[in-house]
Amino acid sequence: MSDRGALSSGRPGRVRVASGQGFWGDDLEAPVRQVEGGQIDYLMLDYLAEVTMSIMQKQRSRDPRAGYARDFVALMERILPACIERGVRVVTNAGGVSPQECARAVAEAGRRVGAEGRARIGVVTGDDLMDRLDGLASAGHPLANMETGEPLASVRDRVRSANLYLGAHPIVRALEGDATVVVTGRSTDTALTYAPLVHEFGWSWSDWDRLASGIVAGHINECGAQASGGNCSAEWWSIPDLSEVGFPIVEASPDGSFVVTKHSGSGGAVSLRTVKEQILYEMGDPSSYITPDATADFTTIRLEEDGPDRVRVHGVRGTPPTGYLKVSVAYGAGYKAVGTLVYAWPDAAAKARAAALGLAFEQVLVELVGWDSTHGHLAGHPPPDIPEVQLRIGVRGGDRAAVGRFTREIAPLVLTGPPSVTGFSGGRPRVQEIVAYWPALIERTAVEPDISVEVHEL
Amino acid sequence: MSGREEMVEVSLLELVHARSGDKGDTANVGLIAYDEEDYNIIVKQVTPERVKHHFRDMIRGEVERFRLDNLCAVNFLLHGALDGGGTVSLKTDAQGKVLSTALLRMKVEVPREVARRVRGRGRLPAGAAGEGG
Repeated sequence: MSDRGALSSGRPGRVRVASGQGFWGDDLEAPVRQVEGGQIDYLMLDYLAEVTMSIMQKQRSRDPRAGYARDFVALMERILPACIERGVRVVTNAGGVSPQECARAVAEAGRRVGAEGRARIGVVTGDDLMDRLDGLASAGHPLANMETGEPLASVRDRVRSANLYLGAHPIVRALEGDATVVVTGRSTDTALTYAPLVHEFGWSWSDWDRLASGIVAGHINECGAQASGGNCSAEWWSIPDLSEVGFPIVEASPDGSFVVTKHSGSGGAVSLRTVKEQILYEMGDPSSYITPDATADFTTIRLEEDGPDRVRVHGVRGTPPTGYLKVSVAYGAGYKAVGTLVYAWPDAAAKARAAALGLAFEQVLVELVGWDSTHGHLAGHPPPDIPEVQLRIGVRGGDRAAVGRFTREIAPLVLTGPPSVTGFSGGRPRVQEIVAYWPALIERTAVEPDISVEVHEL
Repeated sequence: MSGREEMVEVSLLELVHARSGDKGDTANVGLIAYDEEDYNIIVKQVTPERVKHHFRDMIRGEVERFRLDNLCAVNFLLHGALDGGGTVSLKTDAQGKVLSTALLRMKVEVPREVARRVRGRGRLPAGAAGEGG
């Protein structure tokens, strides 16, 4: 077992939760480096974004044994023996819309690498509301859109997935059941980090300040290297060795305070600047960061430098959670297609704009990549000597055929439109279904009884 | 010092670093003062009204501002900035990942000595790694 500064209570004096994935598609070597590069107690792996659930739902509709992050299974095959040896436990929402299938695949992978009888796998289910939507509606839960107030009934026939955001309770139950690996569906990203802290330190579920501190730790961990030098706008050129970036590690104390750090010798940086940038990422009202377990006040965070690549976080205050859980619904919302062409000097921008004039569509967006696609009018007028621009035209509509017609109009521009045009190698633009996101709330009492936790010996 | 201090313009790029992200059709932009002493300049001059005016037709809804005095940072919510956001949006920057840099173009007025201290910050120094060539 690792040195965790055990206290006389038998509880640890310090717990290290390492971040290993910030999204589905993140650096697959990062979790390996976290386990092998130094001492950690937990590895948290976040795979889910809002759009991810609907992609996984689509995969499951084609194959009932799919619908989770397959990357995670391959990863466990690689690192489970090391995790067992080093006493590292893994907490992840890789289960997507099929946590049971994911856990089964991990168990098989574990047996292939000789972990039989040496590990336990916990599975959290009950977040998937897809088969219960009509029952909930008739029981008086409209799942109204949080932004528009519209009831879900108005898009019911186009719903692709519907999941509750679960907090830390079920993960803690799995850890109490001695799970080496905990697989969940739609858990909040932050819970993956603070559930281990609640479990290890024995925090009370009404200790709002400690829970809030754990939420801040989770927010810092949940985007991987974005807290340790990646995507940092402050003197980015001075951040060393990003190709071997060390993902963040939260080193927490029983009082809730923690240090953000990374393995020594790894690339990147943990500084006040990198941590502040991640704290502000995807922030709403900072005084009210709502989770299923507590509401954290990010305006109470105190930060201090604590040596090289170490930032201490303390002082966080919290308040009780609300009586509701958030529900993330994905639904079909029409179709879109994006096509591009490249125009060259001279007068590249003027040619591109002239080409776009001939394309009429109900909802259309014309951007000049290389000039105004990210800064809009703030980019000013393009100079006549701009060497090249990419014309990017997006269209959207409820009628698949109409969007399809647009995709057939852009190619002819190569011969029928303004000159010095190229870059049409990818064929016709593809028509994509838009799967939009519908945020809603539901009373806890209506759904919490169905949350379930199982732990099985491998 | 006699009379009023002489004020000069600098861009926000020289006073703050920034990160942006999304929540549906709302983008957030967080601005963090490099130096604590410059935080008040940001609070006084980078108001929600000025930010809305800066972005003009790039934002359909309102602009909200939240202060994080503890971090010498402010957080802006730009509602209706992402053409529907997420998978609905047709924009290259559908998740507002680089909207922060568009805000860093904004000019603010600072005393000449502050301008001298911050000059060139936020830009790759000549000869630094990453410049290529």
